Amino acid sequence: MAVKFLPSADSAVIVEFGDRIDRAVSDQVLGLAARMRASEIAGVIEVVPTFRSLMVHYDPLRTSAKELVGAIERVSTSETAPDRKRRLWRVPVCYERDFAPDLESVAQETKLTPDEVIALHTGTRYHVYMIGFVPGFPYMGDLAEALVLPRRADPRVRVPPGSVAIATTLTAIYPLESPGGWHLIGTTPIRLFDVHASQPALFAPGDAVEFEPIDAVTFATIQTATERRAYRPASTELSA
Amino acid sequence: MTAALKVVAPGLHTTVQDLGRYGHQAFGVPVSGTLDAASHRLANRIVGNDENAPTLEILFHGPTLELIADSVRVGIAGGDAEIELMGDRPRSLGGWRSVMLRRNQIFRVSRLGDAACCYLAVEGGFAVERCLGSASTYARGGFGGLDGRALRAGDALPLASEQATERAELGLAEPPQSSREWPIRIVLGPQQDYFTEAALKSLVRDEFVVSKQSDRMGMRLDGPTLAHRDGYNIVSDGIATGAIQVPGSGQPILLLADHQTTGGYPKIATVISADIPVVGRRKPGDPIRFIAVEVAEAERLCREAEADFQALVANLAPLRPTGELDASRLFEANLISGVVFDEL
Repeated sequence: MAVKFLPSADSAVIVEFGDRIDRAVSDQVLGLAARMRASEIAGVIEVVPTFRSLMVHYDPLRTSAKELVGAIERVSTSETAPDRKRRLWRVPVCYERDFAPDLESVAQETKLTPDEVIALHTGTRYHVYMIGFVPGFPYMGDLAEALVLPRRADPRVRVPPGSVAIATTLTAIYPLESPGGWHLIGTTPIRLFDVHASQPALFAPGDAVEFEPIDAVTFATIQTATERRAYRPASTELSA
Repeated sequence: MTAALKVVAPGLHTTVQDLGRYGHQAFGVPVSGTLDAASHRLANRIVGNDENAPTLEILFHGPTLELIADSVRVGIAGGDAEIELMGDRPRSLGGWRSVMLRRNQIFRVSRLGDAACCYLAVEGGFAVERCLGSASTYARGGFGGLDGRALRAGDALPLASEQATERAELGLAEPPQSSREWPIRIVLGPQQDYFTEAALKSLVRDEFVVSKQSDRMGMRLDGPTLAHRDGYNIVSDGIATGAIQVPGSGQPILLLADHQTTGGYPKIATVISADIPVVGRRKPGDPIRFIAVEVAEAERLCREAEADFQALVANLAPLRPTGELDASRLFEANLISGVVFDEL
């Protein structure tokens, strides 16, 4: 699919690479985001990567859509691609009954046992496609095919923070209490968004995430340490 | 005690806002900031502040505040809002102007008239901590402004300055023309191809009305439903302020300051940046008509709106005192003699 430039009035240009959730499309989006951040084009306020497009917010008093599209085209074809720093995060998740309100129903709907659901969920390394919906909410994929389910018919008004959820081909963690229609199969004691941290969101688009099962006792220990800001999940730098 | 404005009554939804929190949308953090940046900027200019200094955004019904400091200069801009001095005989000190207040004076912001919001600036600004580079309150996320929430009775809003400077009060001789009936200019897209021809025609032909189900995140529009060509789910993409998204119901939602950074409904059109403040001050029940323009025209209109704003600032002029008799100051200024005083 050819790259499309779509206007959002006179305040943003969307650079659209595709119309589906796809790793190759995501790599194009994140590649352009890195190039844009490295090049500091005049009038660009910020760039927001999504599954399939990069939204470029701009100041119409400092540039125009026409100039901007030209600059984006030059940046995207320039020889030097900046290093994309990516991290692999290991996220502890408690999948025990009290921490996983929808694990049973997911097992039933997928014709698996709860243990098989957990094994499939922890057996995949996920890609952080984008962050949106609420501050710090990571959309990650792709789920093992056997776990793919539509969203719940009956969305919850309140999903507790730390809930680990699945829906369609994706998995996510709710950073704050919010409404939500995904299936809740576990809970993590870690904090995904802390407005007082130098980098408020733990994950960045492009990072990788693996889930590790923990029991309720470990959950409580990590939760206490997290509240004292004395715990950070393990992570390692990945080469691009 | 530190200089503060004490909240006697909070009003309906009064929050600290500035021009917004930029640079964190890639992490899902909304921009927030004022609904009507033009009035916020003017309120700041009236008291001699930087345009990005935090102000109080007052929605629908104003707060009552008490000054806990020697003196403060406040500026009010938006709708028909005026500063009203409380006491045995409450009296208005006017709107679209600055006013000097003294220790323990209690004042309130009167009815806003035909605007949803107005802005109260204080000379020197409010001394609230910046969060991710901005003082704007994002109530859903619980951060920014004063404790990440709207004002409550008993709050003390810290002031950066203990005392007002000595200078003439500034204001507009005439309030700006009401924008309630102005058409709202839009650029179609980014997903206009998800809608039927009939929906695209209806968008620029029919009248919409601001629904009661509106908040700082978005404004629902009553009126004709806008039909999708086939399906209303898109793979999530970015959202700009002013985007008009249409969920399955066909009832459009115009996204405002606290909108999500990304979303999965198609956006039929986006309000041009010049008209974001105009739409931000519309109230439930107000009519909205849309006119479609091209991007280059929207960019020209943005420059024009900025020039209009600068002209408004240039019109700010020194005003006569608010009528508060202060005999000792009048004597000092040699404006009245004992004889005249006797005749009074």
